[in-house]
Amino acid sequence: MTAFWILAPIMVLAALGILFVRKAVHAALLLAIVMIGLAVLYAVLEAPFLFAVQIIVYTGAILMLFLFVLMLVGVDASDSVVETLKGQRALALGTGVVLGMLLVTAATQASLGVARGLGDVNADGNIQGLANIMFSRYVFAFEVTSALLITAALGAMVLAHRERLEPRESQASVARQRMRDYADTGKPLGPLPSPGVFARHNAVDTPALLPDGTVADASISRVLAARGSVRSAPALAENIEDIERQLAGGSPVVGQRAGADAPPQEPERASRNPDPTGEDQ
Amino acid sequence: MSLTPYIVLSAILFTIGCVGVLTRRNAIVVFMCVELMLNASNLALVTFAKQHGNLDGQIAAFFVMVVAAAEVVVGLAIIMTIFRSRRSASVDDANLLKY
Repeated sequence: MTAFWILAPIMVLAALGILFVRKAVHAALLLAIVMIGLAVLYAVLEAPFLFAVQIIVYTGAILMLFLFVLMLVGVDASDSVVETLKGQRALALGTGVVLGMLLVTAATQASLGVARGLGDVNADGNIQGLANIMFSRYVFAFEVTSALLITAALGAMVLAHRERLEPRESQASVARQRMRDYADTGKPLGPLPSPGVFARHNAVDTPALLPDGTVADASISRVLAARGSVRSAPALAENIEDIERQLAGGSPVVGQRAGADAPPQEPERASRNPDPTGEDQ
Repeated sequence: MSLTPYIVLSAILFTIGCVGVLTRRNAIVVFMCVELMLNASNLALVTFAKQHGNLDGQIAAFFVMVVAAAEVVVGLAIIMTIFRSRRSASVDDANLLKY
């Protein structure tokens, strides 16, 4: 009973958590806690086979399936708080409390007496006992289960299947589309220019410079531009005393930080520039 | 040793699952609550198997698990199909059959 009194509060709390957590992933993790707790309770109740099946099938397979679909559907798809029916939530809570009280009262009023225990039937081993019953008295249900599983697998395949409505894009069609874009809008045929590679700085957050010294906006990722973390190469080059200190053998780490701190306006201007064009890429 | 606490725990978990089905809006969480109810009934079945000293309850719990696995597969496929066409996993948005 010790395992029960330790696990039962944890399981009830985790189950209550499923009702109140905002994110579906947290609900799945709380459900995993409840299921593992149930598995331990099965072991306590002399059902070692169900203990293993509970962990392998429920916690291993079904919950992973839940998480898989959650990731497909999108983790941020959280609950809406709008009530379609007025007062439905409060009514549901009230009904739930009444149902719970009814069930608990019924369970506590009934006198179960002393448990007979499974010592006799488990004498040859729990799995042997289960197999004896399943392949004699319940063999028809067992066969029907196979039909059910095949139907479920087929149903999932049919439901998750999607017809391809347009022909698959081939390399040739991609190349043709590129040429058409070049003819229509003048979009460059080749890859985008790479970010600036300079003597002191060759990071992706420094834009390349065009021959006339202006910044090539297409050379930086638009994510960096939107985040505002684009540095300007001319600003870094103008910080002459920092460069001299580095040439004299100063610590490059300090020099880099000083170089990043010194021109606070320059990077912001450089990052604001590529935004409009960055959207088109 | 009486097994009543196990039955009470099963009843509480079943009730929580019930309330979850009624209150949550995300179809996947509703499904998790259905799973919770199935698990609660499994606990009752296993408890009664021990109470009566035969293995029929454990067999029933095993079949419940199999049916739950099949149900989850088909249900999640339906949720995915709805999400593909409606871009939403909320049970309130799937109301085209209403009228």
